[in-house]
Amino acid sequence: MQDAKSFKEYKTQVREALGDDFLRTAMDNFAIAYRASRANAFKEIDDKALIKDIAEAKACSTANMDELYAQFKEEAEKNGAVVHLAADAQEANEIIARIAKDENCTKIVKSKSMTAEETLLNHHLEAENLEVVETDLGEWIIQLRHEGPSHMVMPAIHLSRHQVSDTFTDATGKKQDADIQKLVKVARRELRQKFTEADMGVSGCNFAIAETGTIGIVTNEGNARLVTTLPRVHVALMGLDKLTPKLHDALRVLRALPRNATGQAITSYVTWITGSNECAVAEDDRKKVHFVFLDNGRRALAKDPVFAQVLQCVRCGACANVCPVYRMVGGHKMGHIYIGAIGLILTYFFHGTDKAKNLVQNCINCGACKEICAGGIDLPGLIKEIHARIQDEEGHPLSSALLGKMMKNRKLFHKFLRIAKYAQKPVAGNDGFLRHLPMIFAPDHDFRSLPVVAEVPFRDMWAKVKPAKTANPKYKVAIFSGCVQDFVYPEQSVATVESMRGKGVELEYPMDQSCCGLPLQMMGEKVAGRDVAIQNMEAFENSDCEYILTMCASCASHLKHNYPKMLGHDPKYAIRVQEFADKVIDYSSFMNDVVGIYEADFRQTKGDKVTYHAPCHLCRGLDVKAAPRELMVKAGLEYIECAEEEVCCGFGGTYSVKFPKISEQLLSKKMHNVEETRAEVLLTDCPGCVMQLRGGANKNGLDIEVKHVAELIAERRK
Amino acid sequence: MTVKSENVKLFTEKAELVSAVVSEVSSLAEAYQYTIDLCGKKEACKLLVSGCEEALSDKADALCETKFGKTIAAPALNKKQFSALEKQCVENGFQLLKDGLRKHLGGIDIGFTFADHGIAETGTIVLNSRSEELRIATMISEVHVAVLPKSKIVADSYALESYMEECMRSCDYTAFITGPSRTADIERVLAIGVHGPLELHILLLEDK
Ligand code: SF4
Ligand code: SF4
Repeated sequence: MQDAKSFKEYKTQVREALGDDFLRTAMDNFAIAYRASRANAFKEIDDKALIKDIAEAKACSTANMDELYAQFKEEAEKNGAVVHLAADAQEANEIIARIAKDENCTKIVKSKSMTAEETLLNHHLEAENLEVVETDLGEWIIQLRHEGPSHMVMPAIHLSRHQVSDTFTDATGKKQDADIQKLVKVARRELRQKFTEADMGVSGCNFAIAETGTIGIVTNEGNARLVTTLPRVHVALMGLDKLTPKLHDALRVLRALPRNATGQAITSYVTWITGSNECAVAEDDRKKVHFVFLDNGRRALAKDPVFAQVLQCVRCGACANVCPVYRMVGGHKMGHIYIGAIGLILTYFFHGTDKAKNLVQNCINCGACKEICAGGIDLPGLIKEIHARIQDEEGHPLSSALLGKMMKNRKLFHKFLRIAKYAQKPVAGNDGFLRHLPMIFAPDHDFRSLPVVAEVPFRDMWAKVKPAKTANPKYKVAIFSGCVQDFVYPEQSVATVESMRGKGVELEYPMDQSCCGLPLQMMGEKVAGRDVAIQNMEAFENSDCEYILTMCASCASHLKHNYPKMLGHDPKYAIRVQEFADKVIDYSSFMNDVVGIYEADFRQTKGDKVTYHAPCHLCRGLDVKAAPRELMVKAGLEYIECAEEEVCCGFGGTYSVKFPKISEQLLSKKMHNVEETRAEVLLTDCPGCVMQLRGGANKNGLDIEVKHVAELIAERRK
Repeated sequence: MTVKSENVKLFTEKAELVSAVVSEVSSLAEAYQYTIDLCGKKEACKLLVSGCEEALSDKADALCETKFGKTIAAPALNKKQFSALEKQCVENGFQLLKDGLRKHLGGIDIGFTFADHGIAETGTIVLNSRSEELRIATMISEVHVAVLPKSKIVADSYALESYMEECMRSCDYTAFITGPSRTADIERVLAIGVHGPLELHILLLEDK
């Protein structure tokens, strides 16, 4: 459970987690194994299409939440269940405690329910002198240890067998071995005995089918079947977001949920319960069944145009499974009760700004969660949105507000960058790296070398490097360089121009362009980010280009996807911004797919051994996977695939300034994988990644060159 | 209903992938024989697989001691079927139970059931368990033997929609069961039989 009081305290906790070797190894093994098993589970299924269907259906259920609730209640009550609606966590807990009292229950067995974690149900029931035993193995372990879950599906993933055996030794009063198979059997027998005594069972619920008043529960262990069968009273607690019109909707989610959660085609058990079933120990042989729905902000959320999609979550936990930050720090630092990307978001809505304000800053914006989310939710986008909301509620930190102010004014910003060139003089080495870091970055930022600002920015070179006008250009292209290529690595932009020589490309460089604004979005400076977007859009409107080419993956995906999101609702900009966004293209796609470049365009000598880092905003942000790889091969380079090629390098722009330790770990992992390939050159498609990777290689004394793809393409051209 | 051989093949493949044991039987008599043989081979009171030998708290230990001899529970059999199986149980010294299973929560060796459907895509058996005895039999037994007529195997869960919706019109408890009970909650290491059966045997019955 994450409840640091200040950002500083949170960072200290994060640092402690980074030092937990067991956790780190467990998370690494999990991340790698998960990727393979998920891919295998979806082998025969079009996951993108399935997720799209689920998202649409869930969006529809969200919009009809109240009607579905009314229908569910009517149908379930026809069959003898009692249906309750709790406005908030406290009320839900009180309803359940009251049911226990009214039915004379004292011993409760529980199966897994994230909703019960959300309401802290156990605390409440125990305070009412009721005995509650979790029967899901992982939940039981953390209950015995008085901890919160560290993963939605595997709540005890942070613990070792030794810790579990100590916990069981305490619980049974007998010395236990640290043998997993034995520990599981001990749990089986201990919990079986709890089942025999219990008079009330509390379960969660994955689906609430309105048409028939049926609930569906998805488990592997089978404990939910015992919980809903043996005791004479059954209470199921669920969020209103579990409501769905028909069985078909539930079956559809069921195709994705286990595959996404654990790479299983289906869980061992799926239980469908309608009404009050036979129960020998109950009055009249019928079980007392209560379905408790929790609102806790869900009905308001359903009406929020931006955040309603949060309710499409099916609680598969996959957004944690693929998150590079989760992998580094584990669940207790990546959520309050709900964990992972969705945890950062739900914490804000269910547990308040105080619990969420530190957490929402801990997203590197790599997009890995968005790509696999079973509910089709734009998780990183919403995380940034919450960050901005919290800053609006609580005031913007000075640094972020200043940055916002400065960047809104392109001339001022560029002047600052030009001055930086002189300010860095005393510390600049002659190898292109700063010898000492400017004070603002020290000392946590020492893990990578930072580059110096270039002597002459690209914009000042343009007049010289600009290619002569072609008579009949095949493609009219305007370059969007982005700040890093403009002011730090202008040679990458120059290489870009070089690399398309003789291909009928007419190039121009609109001088009024500024920073794309992504750093502003990352810092929660929404208003400034929007202003910058308008400036850039207008800067390109005077050109008659067909393509807006950018060599920075992050700029490209921000321009293409986030600009329409920021400006699209405004009738003044809607059409214009879409026209702008449609023209945006990244370097590799343009060269490989549009210009059409072939083996014959390159020198026939043997090329370098290269490997590749796929920038997050290219491979996921723009869904560009094949183009850069094909380009490298066409250019005669010997491309060696790198392990975890699509995992974030840890740059994340301003993220690496906020969480340098996490950035450092991500980078060191990346460098390790790169080293394994024994390549001579590491290529990538984003100057930000170049900055991070080159800095890492320099710092670690790695004998490898780091370049933008365009640089090697230019070198290899005939 | 006709048997679709591609469904049977896929069902078998997928069920075996999740460590269910799939066999073919040509008659109910053969299914009984299979169950008797299985029960004979199984360790009895020691319950080796399920862990009575582990160091338990005193209360949990006491529950283990409620179990004597080998037991099979078959709540879904009709009178005639029951006496046929019972005859063989008596010969082998096993106890055959039809009801009152709540008295046996310490453990039952085998639960014997008839599955209502099979889902090929995932190797799942579908068991309508409105009967509480049936539910208990499939949860507390260490081995679950389910007879599944081949003609009842459908391609995917969508094909069962109308059947299930019909069931759900009144009080109902329907279970999808795929392989034995499993967990990976400790260090993500797979362990079988955390609450429910340690083994699932599916007997595919040749339909006439
Ligand atoms: S965008 Fe990346 S870092 Fe952020 S929550 Fe998603 S997976 Fe984690
Ligand atoms: S947000 Fe998406 S990936 Fe995360 S738990 Fe929910 S459905 Fe799964």
